[in-house]
Amino acid sequence: MHDESQRPPHYLQPLLPTPFHPRARALSQLDSFVPWSGYTTVDVFTTVEQEYFAIRNAATLYDLTPMVKYRVAGRDAARYLNRLVTRDVARLKLNRVCYCVWCDDQGHVIDDGTIFRLGESEYRLCTAERQIDWLLDSARGFEVTVTEVTEQIAALALQGPTSCAILKQLGLVGVEQLKPFEVGEFVADQLHVTVSRTGFTGDLGYELWVAPGDALRLWDTLMTRGQSRGIRPIGSRALNLARIEAGFLAPNVDFLSAERTLRFGSSRSPFELGLGWLVDFGKGHFTGRRALLEEQRRGPHRQLVGLDIDGNKPAVNALLYADRAGRKEVGSVSSAMWSPTCKRNLALAMVDAPHIDVGSVVWAEIYLNRELVWERRMCRARVVDRPFFAPDRRRATPPADV
Amino acid sequence: MSAVQPATSYDCIVIGGGHNGLVCAAYLARAGRSVLVLEAAAQVGGAAVTHEFAPDYRVSACAHILHQMSAQLIDELALEAHGLRFATTQMPTSALSPDGDSILFGPTGLSGSARLSPRDADAYPRFIERLDRFARLLGSILEQEPPRLGTTEWSDRAALLGLGWRVRRLGRRDMRELLRIGAMNVYDLLQEQFESPLLQGALGLDAVLGTNFGPRSPGTVLTLLYRLAAQSGAGPRALSQPLGGMGAVCDALARAAAAAGATIRTDAAVARVLVENDSACGVLLESGERVAGQAVISSADPKTTLLQLLGAEHLDTGFVRKVSHLRTNGLTAKLHLALDSAPKFTGQDAAALGGRLLVAPSLDYIERAFNHSKYGEYSAAPAIEITVPTVRDPALAPAGGHVISAIVQYAPYALHDGWEAGRERMADQVIEVLERYAPGLRSQVRACELLTPLDIERKFRITGGHWHHAELAFDQFFMLRPVPGAAQYRTPLPGLYLCGAGSHPGGGVMGTAGRNAARHVLAKAS
Amino acid sequence: MSATTHDAIVIGAGHNGLVAACYLARAGLKVLVLERNDYVGGAAVSRQLYENFTYSNCSYVCSLLRPEIMRALELPKYGLQIIPYDGGCTMMSDGGHLAIYDNHDALRREIARHSPRDAEAYDRYSRDVMRQCKFIKPLLLREPPDPTSFRPRDIASLLDLGFRLNRLGSERIYDTLRFWTMSAADFLDEYFESEIVKAHFAGSSIIGTALGPRSPGTAYVLLHHYMGEIDDTVGAWGFARGGMGAVSAALAASLQASGGTIRTGAGIDRILVRNGRAVGVVLHDGEEIRASQVLSSMDVKRTFLESVDEKELPGEFVQQVRNFKIRGSSGKLNIALDGLPVFPAIPAGAPCSRGDLHVTDTIEMMERAYDDWKEGTWSRAPYIDMLIPSQIDPTMAPDGKQYMSVFVQYCPYELASGPWDAQKRQAFGDTVIDTIARHSPNFKSLILHAEVRTPWDIEREVGLTEGNIFQGELTMDQLLFNRPIPGYAQYRTPLQGLYLCGSSTHPGGGVMGAPGANAANAVLRDLGRTVPR
Repeated sequence: MHDESQRPPHYLQPLLPTPFHPRARALSQLDSFVPWSGYTTVDVFTTVEQEYFAIRNAATLYDLTPMVKYRVAGRDAARYLNRLVTRDVARLKLNRVCYCVWCDDQGHVIDDGTIFRLGESEYRLCTAERQIDWLLDSARGFEVTVTEVTEQIAALALQGPTSCAILKQLGLVGVEQLKPFEVGEFVADQLHVTVSRTGFTGDLGYELWVAPGDALRLWDTLMTRGQSRGIRPIGSRALNLARIEAGFLAPNVDFLSAERTLRFGSSRSPFELGLGWLVDFGKGHFTGRRALLEEQRRGPHRQLVGLDIDGNKPAVNALLYADRAGRKEVGSVSSAMWSPTCKRNLALAMVDAPHIDVGSVVWAEIYLNRELVWERRMCRARVVDRPFFAPDRRRATPPADV
Repeated sequence: MSAVQPATSYDCIVIGGGHNGLVCAAYLARAGRSVLVLEAAAQVGGAAVTHEFAPDYRVSACAHILHQMSAQLIDELALEAHGLRFATTQMPTSALSPDGDSILFGPTGLSGSARLSPRDADAYPRFIERLDRFARLLGSILEQEPPRLGTTEWSDRAALLGLGWRVRRLGRRDMRELLRIGAMNVYDLLQEQFESPLLQGALGLDAVLGTNFGPRSPGTVLTLLYRLAAQSGAGPRALSQPLGGMGAVCDALARAAAAAGATIRTDAAVARVLVENDSACGVLLESGERVAGQAVISSADPKTTLLQLLGAEHLDTGFVRKVSHLRTNGLTAKLHLALDSAPKFTGQDAAALGGRLLVAPSLDYIERAFNHSKYGEYSAAPAIEITVPTVRDPALAPAGGHVISAIVQYAPYALHDGWEAGRERMADQVIEVLERYAPGLRSQVRACELLTPLDIERKFRITGGHWHHAELAFDQFFMLRPVPGAAQYRTPLPGLYLCGAGSHPGGGVMGTAGRNAARHVLAKAS
Repeated sequence: MSATTHDAIVIGAGHNGLVAACYLARAGLKVLVLERNDYVGGAAVSRQLYENFTYSNCSYVCSLLRPEIMRALELPKYGLQIIPYDGGCTMMSDGGHLAIYDNHDALRREIARHSPRDAEAYDRYSRDVMRQCKFIKPLLLREPPDPTSFRPRDIASLLDLGFRLNRLGSERIYDTLRFWTMSAADFLDEYFESEIVKAHFAGSSIIGTALGPRSPGTAYVLLHHYMGEIDDTVGAWGFARGGMGAVSAALAASLQASGGTIRTGAGIDRILVRNGRAVGVVLHDGEEIRASQVLSSMDVKRTFLESVDEKELPGEFVQQVRNFKIRGSSGKLNIALDGLPVFPAIPAGAPCSRGDLHVTDTIEMMERAYDDWKEGTWSRAPYIDMLIPSQIDPTMAPDGKQYMSVFVQYCPYELASGPWDAQKRQAFGDTVIDTIARHSPNFKSLILHAEVRTPWDIEREVGLTEGNIFQGELTMDQLLFNRPIPGYAQYRTPLQGLYLCGSSTHPGGGVMGAPGANAANAVLRDLGRTVPR
């Protein structure tokens, strides 16, 4: 347990350690930490490459604790969530999880996150950013309590092809029966773990939720029992590569919360983010509904798309053009990588209509650093379907026992 | 809840039978719509009622002078044919000073026993003339549906350009002066113009009556102009006392609405606005009865309408946030005294007694009264507008008896010590102040009633008990009233409209909000 | 009579006068700046009033000076260095405190001590304030358009303004309208629930203003003080190294480098007018100096009611000048300390003590302080904005000693009890010192010297009417095209050749320099010259 009085005050050390911090610090070879939602977390443990390949080949541990977590409970919890997010939460069954976004009145995305249904009227909302201000303002008129529980729950993402095998080795009986987006309670070695088959890697994987006091025991057990299955801790950099391959959006990278933008026109609707499938107009009113109906009627001006780009140089921050000569700008890249697994040069980009359909071609302006000499390349980029990487094992239940 | 199918369905259901609701209903019915008015109380009128506060003593419960209802509206709805009579019109105003002197504001100018400097005497007519020009401009704005900003709609832009054009037509000098004083406080403006504290106080009181402002609060020139604007629209019937009290106005309105075909039901409190397919489709009464309607038009205050009757679940969070930020706490109390004989205000003759008597001897006096209200206290020396309605309408009291009706600034909605303890003390305090201007008054009092904002909230179902439903401040005015997104009488929910004082142009027994809303609903449907 | 002629005379060597002079000199004009005091700077000065201490004895932080001006006039080259300070703190009477830290997480956790909800509402608050600043920023260095004019320039400027507004999008236009007209108290109520959080942020809404935090219009004043934060550049907010006089010194050096002349000890008696045209000035000693352009950085009342013969002006204009509100509402203490005072409310090691320190509990306390002012007394429990710049800038005080700047709201120019005198000044100073001492047990024992300045003193020394730091209230009736006088908001006056370049003009006070730059711009345009960039 952390002793609050031993901790340096916030004005001397603004970032909090997570319950896993002692292990993370011990294993971090590079001492490379980054702030995340008020916590200090590992950016890279050893090398990005080793960590990335472990995600796709074995199993990885990623400290999820800083993810902001809210407990939503009360008679109106489901109605409240349904008015908050664009998806139909009423259809979310007990012990299921759903991905969702929520919008402001203009239909612009405030954040994305996941909702766990843990009881009849008991939900957990996981978000990227803190937003109790918006959540409580949304609660006006509903019999519901919304409380931040980030500090009360420690969380680890266990992701990779061998992740299920490791959990079984831990003694989590029946964990292999968890379907994607299902959540269950397990006990192993007197350790109470909530396991959800969710993740940010697009691969087979689980997220494990425990009381902070059990955090180190969970970590140690996983690392010991998982050793033969190639388990290793990873930092945010490796995870970021996996999430691009999986086609997931990162807040503050691929979009900005509408609650944070200063310039008019820099916030985005779910349609613009390519998340139109999350919008359910048939479920009754939700914040932003009328604006989104209007937008749907009007058709999209721009959309976030996946790109497959010629060459192997990541198109980081590249501007996109309609033509090779670069006369007409039609968008820009927000995330980019060379995918070692897919052997494709991938990017997520915001592109103006009409260049948003799969098969459209745009040109990316990429700058190459060749031994400190910068060169500019115009590379052909095709709009392609997402996710870029979607192995069957991510859905298979039970997963193959590797 | 009863699932009884409604026998009938109406084109329009109007929630609330106050003056705005009735005006709206009357105009809709005259245009051929089938209209149902639902009033929670046993009689129509809302806060514009005549009520018996002591056996055989009756008084207008809130506003006691009709000074803002436009002549056009009275004529269009033929209110006089429907029984509206005036006990008196163009009431004079007397500004009282503690030393017994007073200034009399009549239709022809200033008179009275208080000495005015030549400068003031000279400045007054010019001042009033200029304000009248501004008031007439503002008057045309009151009748207008506020345009929306930042849209690409031609009609909004045309309305804005039209507004700009009207301001320009004032001429360069007046336009500059309007743009300067428009956002100013009345304290500075009156200091610029006049020397006499009594004159300043009387004009200053008009600016702050019914508001949450002291004379030093910026924005009080606007509230003064607002009052004058509505007054100038009222024409010769401005500053009048309806025979039988304010309730008579609503009775006439109800008859006008009924004559046009509207159905009016009293004792019919609405519990919810019903929604189907993202559109208002009727109402559920507290009795469990459902009534279907194509359009639901609410004269209840915006918080009641949107947050209680409709409910946040049908609205966006940002909009709900705005509605809940609406400043709706009242700061005005009403004192009613039943007297056994005519009050004697020092130096006031019978003619003056039939008019308005003001206790606001200086701007600083009003500002000091306001100071207390900021901290949840009432003032020991409040500013007061007094009428003695029985002078012109003796039937309001038993033979020989009289009624004093006094609007008292300031009485905070959230009194620090609570109104249960404070009500009687404040009433006593106000009588004490009145006694200074009308010696012997206390011994004439047979009964006394003080309506605090809390009482007004409970009695008339107005959130916060504010006479205007929402504060008349710049940021809650015109296209910002009550909140952006609902300033054109329609709400974000199709089929649900606002027609009460919370909408442009605001409260006072004016009816313009109801009339504008009716016009909007009719234009929408056609 | 002097034989020397000048292209332009600038009256007053305050920062705006100097900025205007610099621009004119850089455009090739022969410029003479006349300063009544025997030092330059006006209210941006560093004074040595006690052994080896440097007092920024009027203005005391440099947050608003436009970076465009610093750059165009090469002020860094002439020695101006702005050093940032970290955060600030409001101390409460119960011993609690709210600190402000630059680090977002530290700040969130700090505010969360008072209200977890407010800690996150703060993000919405700062976003909305920044959005408004972003809208206003381009208007600062521009002549406000005259809405009554049909000149193409004004119409184009108005249309541009309308276009800018429209580009904000519907929602934010309404926000803008509300922001410009609301009271700070109402505005803050829409974000925060904790009294101390609201009180802390309300502070800047009353600094220098004869309004209380509940007066409509004060949300704008709050914004005015945030204007410096928009540039997102490190060092935009902070102290001028060497005190505020460093700003003036750099301006003076820049001016001299481009050929301008400054004469100190040269107060003017009046502005010379011939045939409705300003042609020069007459000094107190009778010396006459001619110039084709005269720029006054004095406030509008001193310029027209004290320095120009009333007969030369339209009667209505004189009346409007009289009606312009310049109200003294602030006092100032400058204190030399023998060491760093201890504030038990602030935890040891917290960097917030190096920022702006305040003592108040609630907005209500601030409003009551305002009520005292309305009655013609200084606030019994004043709102205090104090800084100890010597913690950061080693040039301000001898090693180990500290200079403290204490800005006090409210203090009237005219007391109900009669004129200011030494005794009353002392009593005012004692009120302030006692207030601070309640939060700092060793404070009184550290005081080596204290300079107490009432609005009356500030007027006498600096020449600001009523000692008002903004040369005129920042209320809607005195902003943009209304500042200072409707129809004369474009730096020009009824007299040809006479311009206003002080804070009485758009965009108003604070050590911003924008009025001076805009006025110079107007002069040069009237002369058909190009404006130096």
